[in-house]
Amino acid sequence: MSNPNDSFSKTMLVVVASCLVCALVVSVAAVSLRPRQLEQRALDKQRNILAAAGIAAPEGRIPEVYHKYIDAKVIDLATGNFVDEVDPNTFDQRKAVKLKEFAQPVPPEVDIAGVRAISRLASVYIAHDDAGAVSTYVIPIHGQGLWSTMYAFLAIQPDGVTAKSVVYYDQGETPGLGGEVVNPLWIAQWDGKKLFNDQGEVALTVLKSTADPSDPNFAYQIDGLAGATLTSKGVHNSFVFWLGEYGFGPFLAKLRQGANNHG
Amino acid sequence: MADTKEIKNTLFGPIVANNPITLQVLGVCSALAVTSKLETAVVMSIALTLVAGFSNLFVSMIRNHIPSSVRIIVQMTIIASLVIVVDQVLKAYAYEISKQLSVFVGLIITNCIVMGRTEAYAMKSPPMMSFLDGIGNGLGYSVILLLVGFIRELLGSGSVFGFEVLQLTSNGGWYISNGLLLLPPSAFFIIGLIIWAVRTWRPEQVEPKE
Repeated sequence: MSNPNDSFSKTMLVVVASCLVCALVVSVAAVSLRPRQLEQRALDKQRNILAAAGIAAPEGRIPEVYHKYIDAKVIDLATGNFVDEVDPNTFDQRKAVKLKEFAQPVPPEVDIAGVRAISRLASVYIAHDDAGAVSTYVIPIHGQGLWSTMYAFLAIQPDGVTAKSVVYYDQGETPGLGGEVVNPLWIAQWDGKKLFNDQGEVALTVLKSTADPSDPNFAYQIDGLAGATLTSKGVHNSFVFWLGEYGFGPFLAKLRQGANNHG
Repeated sequence: MADTKEIKNTLFGPIVANNPITLQVLGVCSALAVTSKLETAVVMSIALTLVAGFSNLFVSMIRNHIPSSVRIIVQMTIIASLVIVVDQVLKAYAYEISKQLSVFVGLIITNCIVMGRTEAYAMKSPPMMSFLDGIGNGLGYSVILLLVGFIRELLGSGSVFGFEVLQLTSNGGWYISNGLLLLPPSAFFIIGLIIWAVRTWRPEQVEPKE
Protein backbone atom coordinates (compact mmCIF):
# COMPACT_ATOMS: atom_id res chain seq x y z
CA MET A 1 0.00 0.00 0.00
CA SER A 2 1.65 3.19 -1.06
CA ASN A 3 0.60 6.34 0.65
CA PRO A 4 1.75 9.65 -0.84
CA ASN A 5 2.02 10.94 2.74
CA ASP A 6 4.91 8.60 3.40
CA SER A 7 7.11 9.82 0.56
CA PHE A 8 10.40 11.35 1.64
CA SER A 9 9.62 14.84 0.35
CA LYS A 10 6.15 14.94 1.94
CA THR A 11 7.59 13.78 5.28
CA MET A 12 10.25 16.50 5.20
CA LEU A 13 7.69 19.10 4.18
CA VAL A 14 5.29 18.25 7.02
CA VAL A 15 8.07 18.12 9.62
CA VAL A 16 9.63 21.41 8.56
CA ALA A 17 6.30 23.20 8.18
CA SER A 18 4.94 22.06 11.55
CA CYS A 19 8.20 23.03 13.25
CA LEU A 20 8.13 26.48 11.66
CA VAL A 21 4.53 27.14 12.62
CA CYS A 22 5.05 25.91 16.19
CA ALA A 23 8.28 27.88 16.55
CA LEU A 24 6.48 30.99 15.39
CA VAL A 25 3.62 30.51 17.87
CA VAL A 26 5.99 29.87 20.77
CA SER A 27 8.20 32.85 19.93
CA VAL A 28 5.27 35.21 19.60
CA ALA A 29 3.88 34.07 22.96
CA ALA A 30 7.25 34.31 24.69
CA VAL A 31 8.17 37.71 23.29
CA SER A 32 4.79 39.35 23.71
CA LEU A 33 4.34 38.13 27.30
CA ARG A 34 7.90 38.89 28.35
CA PRO A 35 7.38 42.49 29.57
CA ARG A 36 4.44 41.43 31.71
CA GLN A 37 6.35 38.49 33.17
CA LEU A 38 9.26 40.72 34.15
CA GLU A 39 6.84 43.18 35.68
CA GLN A 40 5.19 40.39 37.69
CA ARG A 41 8.55 39.13 38.87
CA ALA A 42 9.66 42.59 39.97
CA LEU A 43 6.32 43.16 41.67
CA ASP A 44 6.63 39.86 43.51
CA LYS A 45 10.08 40.82 44.78
CA GLN A 46 8.91 44.25 45.93
CA ARG A 47 5.91 42.69 47.67
CA ASN A 48 8.17 40.29 49.58
CA ILE A 49 10.67 42.98 50.57
CA LEU A 50 7.85 45.18 51.88
CA ALA A 51 6.38 42.21 53.75
CA ALA A 52 9.75 41.48 55.36
CA ALA A 53 10.20 45.12 56.36
CA GLY A 54 6.70 45.07 57.83
CA ILE A 55 5.38 47.85 55.60
CA ALA A 56 1.75 47.38 54.65
CA ALA A 57 1.00 48.01 50.98
CA PRO A 58 -2.32 47.55 49.21
CA GLU A 59 -1.99 45.22 46.21
CA GLY A 60 -2.43 47.92 43.58
CA ARG A 61 0.10 50.36 45.08
CA ILE A 62 3.09 48.13 45.71
CA PRO A 63 5.61 49.86 43.39
CA GLU A 64 4.60 53.26 44.72
CA VAL A 65 4.99 52.26 48.39
CA TYR A 66 8.19 50.38 47.58
CA HIS A 67 9.85 53.39 45.97
CA LYS A 68 8.71 55.65 48.78
CA TYR A 69 10.16 53.63 51.65
CA ILE A 70 12.77 51.23 50.29
CA ASP A 71 16.24 52.13 49.15
CA ALA A 72 18.14 49.36 47.34
CA LYS A 73 21.92 49.24 47.84
CA VAL A 74 24.69 46.89 46.80
CA ILE A 75 27.45 45.89 49.19
CA ASP A 76 30.72 44.03 48.86
CA LEU A 77 30.24 41.02 51.13
CA ALA A 78 33.92 40.69 52.03
CA THR A 79 34.30 44.25 53.35
CA GLY A 80 30.68 45.05 54.19
CA ASN A 81 31.00 48.40 52.40
CA PHE A 82 28.53 49.90 49.97
CA VAL A 83 29.78 49.89 46.39
CA ASP A 84 28.56 51.70 43.32
CA GLU A 85 30.07 49.63 40.54
CA VAL A 86 26.60 48.30 39.67
CA ASP A 87 23.14 49.85 39.66
CA PRO A 88 21.36 48.51 42.77
CA ASN A 89 17.96 48.70 41.09
CA THR A 90 18.92 46.40 38.25
CA PHE A 91 21.47 44.23 40.07
CA ASP A 92 20.21 40.65 40.22
CA GLN A 93 22.07 38.69 42.86
CA ARG A 94 20.64 35.36 41.75
CA LYS A 95 21.92 35.92 38.21
CA ALA A 96 25.23 37.41 39.38
CA VAL A 97 26.22 34.06 40.91
CA LYS A 98 26.53 32.74 37.36
CA LEU A 99 28.59 35.67 36.04
CA LYS A 100 32.35 35.41 36.03
CA GLU A 101 33.03 38.87 37.40
CA PHE A 102 30.85 38.33 40.47
CA ALA A 103 30.90 34.59 41.17
CA GLN A 104 32.90 33.30 44.05
CA PRO A 105 33.07 29.61 44.94
CA VAL A 106 32.42 28.72 48.57
CA PRO A 107 34.84 26.16 50.03
CA PRO A 108 32.94 22.95 50.85
CA GLU A 109 33.99 22.98 54.53
CA VAL A 110 32.21 26.30 55.17
CA ASP A 111 29.35 25.68 52.75
CA ILE A 112 26.87 24.40 55.32
CA ALA A 113 23.92 25.93 53.48
CA GLY A 114 24.73 24.10 50.25
CA VAL A 115 25.03 27.28 48.15
CA ARG A 116 28.23 26.15 46.31
CA ALA A 117 28.96 29.63 44.97
CA ILE A 118 27.88 33.12 45.93
CA SER A 119 28.06 36.51 44.31
CA ARG A 120 30.73 38.69 45.93
CA LEU A 121 28.31 41.61 45.70
CA ALA A 122 24.97 41.42 47.46
CA SER A 123 21.79 43.45 47.59
CA VAL A 124 20.67 45.14 50.78
CA TYR A 125 17.29 46.84 51.00
CA ILE A 126 17.07 49.69 53.46
CA ALA A 127 13.63 50.66 54.70
CA HIS A 128 13.01 54.18 55.97
CA ASP A 129 10.19 55.46 58.11
CA ASP A 130 8.20 58.57 57.22
CA ALA A 131 10.80 60.81 58.90
CA GLY A 132 13.55 59.31 56.72
CA ALA A 133 15.32 57.40 59.49
CA VAL A 134 16.42 53.85 58.78
CA SER A 135 13.87 51.42 60.24
CA THR A 136 14.97 48.07 58.83
CA TYR A 137 17.69 46.37 56.81
CA VAL A 138 16.41 43.59 54.56
CA ILE A 139 18.96 41.06 53.32
CA PRO A 140 18.43 38.18 50.89
CA ILE A 141 19.52 34.72 52.01
CA HIS A 142 19.13 31.22 50.67
CA GLY A 143 20.11 27.64 51.40
CA GLN A 144 19.21 24.03 50.83
CA GLY A 145 16.16 22.65 52.60
CA LEU A 146 14.99 19.08 52.25
CA TRP A 147 13.85 19.20 48.61
CA SER A 148 14.65 22.64 47.35
CA THR A 149 16.77 25.74 47.65
CA MET A 150 14.82 28.05 49.93
CA TYR A 151 15.04 31.79 49.26
CA ALA A 152 14.15 34.30 51.93
CA PHE A 153 14.37 37.93 52.93
CA LEU A 154 15.53 38.54 56.48
CA ALA A 155 14.59 41.85 58.08
CA ILE A 156 16.95 43.15 60.76
CA GLN A 157 16.64 46.12 63.11
CA PRO A 158 19.10 49.00 62.51
CA ASP A 159 21.17 47.72 65.48
CA GLY A 160 22.35 44.82 63.27
CA VAL A 161 21.51 42.28 65.96
CA THR A 162 17.77 41.96 66.34
CA ALA A 163 15.65 40.12 63.81
CA LYS A 164 12.31 41.54 62.75
CA SER A 165 10.88 39.07 60.32
CA VAL A 166 11.65 36.40 57.75
CA VAL A 167 9.83 35.97 54.48
CA TYR A 168 10.42 32.75 52.57
CA TYR A 169 9.34 33.66 49.06
CA ASP A 170 10.62 30.78 46.97
CA GLN A 171 10.80 27.23 48.32
CA GLY A 172 9.57 23.79 47.39
CA GLU A 173 9.39 22.11 50.79
CA THR A 174 6.63 19.65 51.71
CA PRO A 175 3.37 21.58 52.04
CA GLY A 176 2.10 21.43 55.61
CA LEU A 177 5.45 20.28 57.03
CA GLY A 178 8.57 22.09 55.81
CA GLY A 179 6.35 24.37 53.74
CA GLU A 180 5.19 25.84 57.06
CA VAL A 181 8.16 28.23 56.86
CA VAL A 182 5.54 30.59 55.42
CA ASN A 183 3.12 30.11 58.36
CA PRO A 184 2.49 33.54 59.95
CA LEU A 185 2.56 32.00 63.44
CA TRP A 186 6.03 30.59 62.88
CA ILE A 187 7.24 33.83 61.32
CA ALA A 188 5.88 35.89 64.23
CA GLN A 189 8.35 34.38 66.71
CA TRP A 190 11.32 35.86 64.78
CA ASP A 191 10.39 39.37 65.85
CA GLY A 192 12.85 40.43 68.56
CA LYS A 193 15.14 37.39 68.38
CA LYS A 194 18.85 38.14 68.66
CA LEU A 195 20.98 36.93 65.76
CA PHE A 196 24.34 37.52 67.46
CA ASN A 197 25.55 37.12 71.05
CA ASP A 198 27.44 39.83 72.97
CA GLN A 199 30.75 38.63 71.49
CA GLY A 200 29.38 39.19 67.99
CA GLU A 201 29.22 35.48 67.14
CA VAL A 202 26.25 34.05 65.27
CA ALA A 203 24.05 32.71 68.04
CA LEU A 204 20.69 32.15 66.39
CA THR A 205 19.59 28.51 66.61
CA VAL A 206 16.65 26.76 65.00
CA LEU A 207 15.79 24.03 67.49
CA LYS A 208 14.47 20.55 66.81
CA SER A 209 11.69 21.18 69.28
CA THR A 210 9.87 24.15 70.79
CA ALA A 211 11.84 26.97 72.40
CA ASP A 212 11.41 27.26 76.17
CA PRO A 213 10.96 30.85 77.43
CA SER A 214 12.79 30.03 80.70
CA ASP A 215 15.93 28.95 78.82
CA PRO A 216 18.72 31.57 79.17
CA ASN A 217 19.31 31.29 75.42
CA PHE A 218 15.63 31.81 74.57
CA ALA A 219 16.39 35.12 72.87
CA TYR A 220 18.46 33.22 70.27
CA GLN A 221 16.09 30.30 69.74
CA ILE A 222 13.51 29.59 67.08
CA ASP A 223 11.04 26.68 67.24
CA GLY A 224 11.74 23.87 64.82
CA LEU A 225 9.00 23.05 62.33
CA ALA A 226 7.01 20.04 63.50
CA GLY A 227 7.62 17.06 61.25
CA ALA A 228 10.28 18.87 59.23
CA THR A 229 13.61 18.24 60.92
CA LEU A 230 15.61 18.57 57.71
CA THR A 231 13.90 21.77 56.59
CA SER A 232 14.48 23.27 60.05
CA LYS A 233 18.13 22.28 59.82
CA GLY A 234 18.29 23.88 56.36
CA VAL A 235 16.83 27.10 57.75
CA HIS A 236 19.35 27.05 60.59
CA ASN A 237 22.29 26.44 58.25
CA SER A 238 21.18 29.17 55.82
CA PHE A 239 21.15 31.68 58.67
CA VAL A 240 24.48 30.62 60.14
CA PHE A 241 26.09 30.82 56.70
CA TRP A 242 24.63 34.16 55.61
CA LEU A 243 25.20 35.84 58.96
CA GLY A 244 28.77 34.53 59.01
CA GLU A 245 31.95 35.90 57.49
CA TYR A 246 31.24 34.65 53.97
CA GLY A 247 27.80 36.24 54.05
CA PHE A 248 26.61 39.47 55.60
CA GLY A 249 28.78 39.10 58.73
CA PRO A 250 31.17 42.01 57.94
CA PHE A 251 28.29 44.28 56.92
CA LEU A 252 26.30 43.54 60.07
CA ALA A 253 29.42 43.92 62.23
CA LYS A 254 29.76 47.46 60.88
CA LEU A 255 26.12 48.14 61.68
CA ARG A 256 26.67 46.98 65.23
CA GLN A 257 29.64 49.33 65.56
CA GLY A 258 27.43 52.16 64.41
CA ALA A 259 29.36 52.84 61.22
CA ASN A 260 27.78 52.81 57.81
CA ASN A 261 24.53 54.07 59.21
CA HIS A 262 22.78 55.73 56.36
CA GLY A 263 24.85 54.40 53.51
CA MET B 1 -21.98 16.57 11.24
CA ALA B 2 -22.32 14.29 14.20
CA ASP B 3 -25.63 14.22 16.01
CA THR B 4 -26.20 15.64 19.47
CA LYS B 5 -26.06 12.27 21.16
CA GLU B 6 -22.61 11.55 19.81
CA ILE B 7 -21.40 15.01 20.79
CA LYS B 8 -22.71 14.48 24.30
CA ASN B 9 -21.04 11.09 24.47
CA THR B 10 -17.70 12.43 23.32
CA LEU B 11 -17.80 15.39 25.68
CA PHE B 12 -19.24 13.81 28.83
CA GLY B 13 -18.37 10.14 28.35
CA PRO B 14 -14.86 10.54 29.74
CA ILE B 15 -16.17 11.99 33.00
CA VAL B 16 -17.48 8.75 34.49
CA ALA B 17 -18.05 6.04 31.91
CA ASN B 18 -14.62 6.29 30.30
CA ASN B 19 -12.63 8.36 32.77
CA PRO B 20 -8.96 8.60 31.77
CA ILE B 21 -7.77 8.26 35.37
CA THR B 22 -10.16 5.77 36.93
CA LEU B 23 -10.79 3.49 33.94
CA GLN B 24 -7.63 3.85 31.89
CA VAL B 25 -5.40 4.77 34.85
CA LEU B 26 -3.50 7.38 32.83
CA GLY B 27 -2.05 10.71 33.93
CA VAL B 28 -1.67 9.57 37.54
CA CYS B 29 1.82 11.07 37.91
CA SER B 30 0.71 14.69 37.78
CA ALA B 31 -2.41 13.85 39.78
CA LEU B 32 -0.11 13.00 42.69
CA ALA B 33 2.02 16.09 42.45
CA VAL B 34 -0.38 18.99 42.18
CA THR B 35 -3.27 17.91 44.40
CA SER B 36 -2.05 18.89 47.86
CA LYS B 37 -4.02 22.13 47.42
CA LEU B 38 -7.17 22.84 45.42
CA GLU B 39 -5.83 26.06 43.95
CA THR B 40 -3.00 24.34 42.09
CA ALA B 41 -5.31 21.45 41.15
CA VAL B 42 -7.75 23.88 39.52
CA VAL B 43 -5.08 25.67 37.50
CA MET B 44 -3.52 22.38 36.45
CA SER B 45 -6.97 21.07 35.39
CA ILE B 46 -7.67 24.13 33.27
CA ALA B 47 -4.21 23.97 31.70
CA LEU B 48 -4.49 20.30 30.85
CA THR B 49 -8.04 20.57 29.53
CA LEU B 50 -7.08 23.41 27.19
CA VAL B 51 -3.94 21.65 25.99
CA ALA B 52 -5.84 18.38 25.42
CA GLY B 53 -8.62 20.16 23.51
CA PHE B 54 -6.45 22.29 21.27
CA SER B 55 -3.79 19.68 20.57
CA ASN B 56 -6.57 17.32 19.46
CA LEU B 57 -8.02 20.08 17.29
CA PHE B 58 -4.75 20.94 15.55
CA VAL B 59 -3.63 17.35 15.11
CA SER B 60 -7.01 16.48 13.63
CA MET B 61 -6.87 19.45 11.25
CA ILE B 62 -3.67 18.18 9.66
CA ARG B 63 -4.29 14.46 10.26
CA ASN B 64 -4.59 13.67 6.55
CA HIS B 65 -1.15 15.14 5.89
CA ILE B 66 0.81 13.60 8.74
CA PRO B 67 3.13 10.85 7.48
CA SER B 68 2.70 7.84 9.75
CA SER B 69 6.46 7.45 10.19
CA VAL B 70 6.78 10.78 12.03
CA ARG B 71 3.28 11.13 13.47
CA ILE B 72 4.29 10.92 17.13
CA ILE B 73 6.96 13.59 16.63
CA VAL B 74 4.50 15.91 14.90
CA GLN B 75 1.95 15.39 17.68
CA MET B 76 4.60 16.06 20.31
CA THR B 77 5.68 19.26 18.56
CA ILE B 78 2.14 20.56 18.61
CA ILE B 79 1.53 19.53 22.24
CA ALA B 80 4.86 20.94 23.39
CA SER B 81 4.19 24.29 21.71
CA LEU B 82 0.79 24.57 23.35
CA VAL B 83 2.23 23.70 26.75
CA ILE B 84 4.92 26.37 26.41
CA VAL B 85 2.27 28.94 25.51
CA VAL B 86 0.20 27.94 28.56
CA ASP B 87 3.30 28.11 30.77
CA GLN B 88 4.19 31.57 29.46
CA VAL B 89 0.65 32.85 30.03
CA LEU B 90 0.66 31.50 33.59
CA LYS B 91 3.99 33.19 34.31
CA ALA B 92 2.57 36.48 33.08
CA TYR B 93 -0.90 36.36 34.64
CA ALA B 94 -0.71 33.95 37.60
CA TYR B 95 2.87 34.32 38.79
CA GLU B 96 2.31 32.91 42.30
CA ILE B 97 0.57 29.78 41.04
CA SER B 98 3.05 29.21 38.25
CA LYS B 99 5.79 29.21 40.90
CA GLN B 100 3.96 26.49 42.81
CA LEU B 101 3.20 24.37 39.75
CA SER B 102 6.84 24.75 38.64
CA VAL B 103 7.78 21.83 36.42
CA PHE B 104 4.39 20.17 36.35
CA VAL B 105 2.97 22.47 33.69
CA GLY B 106 5.93 21.59 31.49
CA LEU B 107 5.31 17.93 32.17
CA ILE B 108 1.87 18.13 30.54
CA ILE B 109 3.90 17.53 27.37
CA THR B 110 4.46 13.94 28.43
CA ASN B 111 1.01 13.49 29.96
CA CYS B 112 -0.33 10.17 28.75
CA ILE B 113 -3.87 11.51 28.43
CA VAL B 114 -2.94 14.23 25.93
CA MET B 115 -0.67 11.96 23.92
CA GLY B 116 -3.13 9.10 24.08
CA ARG B 117 -6.06 11.17 22.79
CA THR B 118 -4.16 12.74 19.88
CA GLU B 119 -2.90 9.34 18.79
CA ALA B 120 -6.05 7.29 19.42
CA TYR B 121 -8.78 9.78 18.53
CA ALA B 122 -7.61 12.94 16.76
CA MET B 123 -5.66 11.03 14.08
CA LYS B 124 -8.94 9.42 12.93
CA SER B 125 -11.65 11.99 13.64
CA PRO B 126 -12.78 15.36 12.29
CA PRO B 127 -11.56 18.53 14.05
CA MET B 128 -14.68 19.57 16.00
CA MET B 129 -15.27 16.10 17.45
CA SER B 130 -11.57 15.82 18.29
CA PHE B 131 -11.68 19.13 20.09
CA LEU B 132 -14.68 17.98 22.14
CA ASP B 133 -12.97 14.67 22.86
CA GLY B 134 -9.91 16.52 24.17
CA ILE B 135 -12.00 18.82 26.33
CA GLY B 136 -14.05 15.86 27.58
CA ASN B 137 -10.98 13.89 28.60
CA GLY B 138 -9.56 17.02 30.21
CA LEU B 139 -12.78 17.33 32.21
CA GLY B 140 -12.57 13.68 33.25
CA TYR B 141 -9.04 14.32 34.51
CA SER B 142 -10.17 17.54 36.20
CA VAL B 143 -13.02 15.85 38.10
CA ILE B 144 -10.63 13.36 39.70
CA LEU B 145 -7.97 16.01 40.32
CA LEU B 146 -10.43 18.31 42.07
CA LEU B 147 -11.86 15.46 44.12
CA VAL B 148 -8.40 14.35 45.25
CA GLY B 149 -7.36 17.97 45.85
CA PHE B 150 -10.48 18.61 47.92
CA ILE B 151 -9.94 15.57 50.13
CA ARG B 152 -6.22 16.26 50.57
CA GLU B 153 -6.55 19.94 51.33
CA LEU B 154 -9.55 19.52 53.65
CA LEU B 155 -8.11 16.69 55.73
CA GLY B 156 -4.43 17.61 55.32
CA SER B 157 -4.55 21.37 55.88
CA GLY B 158 -8.07 21.82 57.23
CA SER B 159 -8.94 24.28 54.51
CA VAL B 160 -10.71 24.54 51.15
CA PHE B 161 -9.20 26.90 48.55
CA GLY B 162 -7.04 28.28 51.37
CA PHE B 163 -10.04 29.19 53.55
CA GLU B 164 -9.98 27.55 56.94
CA VAL B 165 -12.78 25.03 57.40
CA LEU B 166 -11.47 22.77 60.15
CA GLN B 167 -9.48 24.85 62.60
CA LEU B 168 -6.06 23.26 63.10
CA THR B 169 -4.53 22.63 66.52
CA SER B 170 -1.46 24.60 65.39
CA ASN B 171 -3.73 27.63 64.99
CA GLY B 172 -5.47 27.04 68.31
CA GLY B 173 -8.33 24.90 66.98
CA TRP B 174 -9.39 21.30 67.49
CA TYR B 175 -8.49 19.55 64.24
CA ILE B 176 -5.24 17.56 64.15
CA SER B 177 -4.24 17.55 60.50
CA ASN B 178 -3.38 14.32 58.75
CA GLY B 179 0.20 14.84 57.58
CA LEU B 180 0.12 11.82 55.28
CA LEU B 181 -2.42 13.54 53.04
CA LEU B 182 0.04 16.34 52.34
CA LEU B 183 2.54 13.91 50.87
CA PRO B 184 2.22 12.77 47.24
CA PRO B 185 1.79 9.04 48.00
CA SER B 186 -1.54 9.72 49.71
CA ALA B 187 -3.01 10.58 46.30
CA PHE B 188 -2.38 6.94 45.33
CA PHE B 189 -4.62 5.76 48.16
CA ILE B 190 -7.32 8.29 47.34
CA ILE B 191 -7.27 7.49 43.61
CA GLY B 192 -7.37 3.79 44.51
CA LEU B 193 -10.42 4.33 46.70
CA ILE B 194 -12.10 6.40 43.98
CA ILE B 195 -11.49 3.64 41.41
CA TRP B 196 -12.93 1.10 43.85
CA ALA B 197 -16.01 3.27 44.42
CA VAL B 198 -16.56 3.89 40.70
CA ARG B 199 -16.23 0.20 39.84
CA THR B 200 -18.60 -0.81 42.60
CA TRP B 201 -21.13 1.65 41.20
CA ARG B 202 -20.42 0.65 37.57
CA PRO B 203 -19.45 -3.06 37.69
CA GLU B 204 -19.06 -3.15 33.88
CA GLN B 205 -15.76 -1.23 34.33
CA VAL B 206 -14.16 -4.11 36.20
CA GLU B 207 -11.64 -5.88 33.99
CA PRO B 208 -12.31 -9.63 33.46
CA LYS B 209 -10.07 -11.96 35.44
CA GLU B 210 -7.13 -13.19 33.39
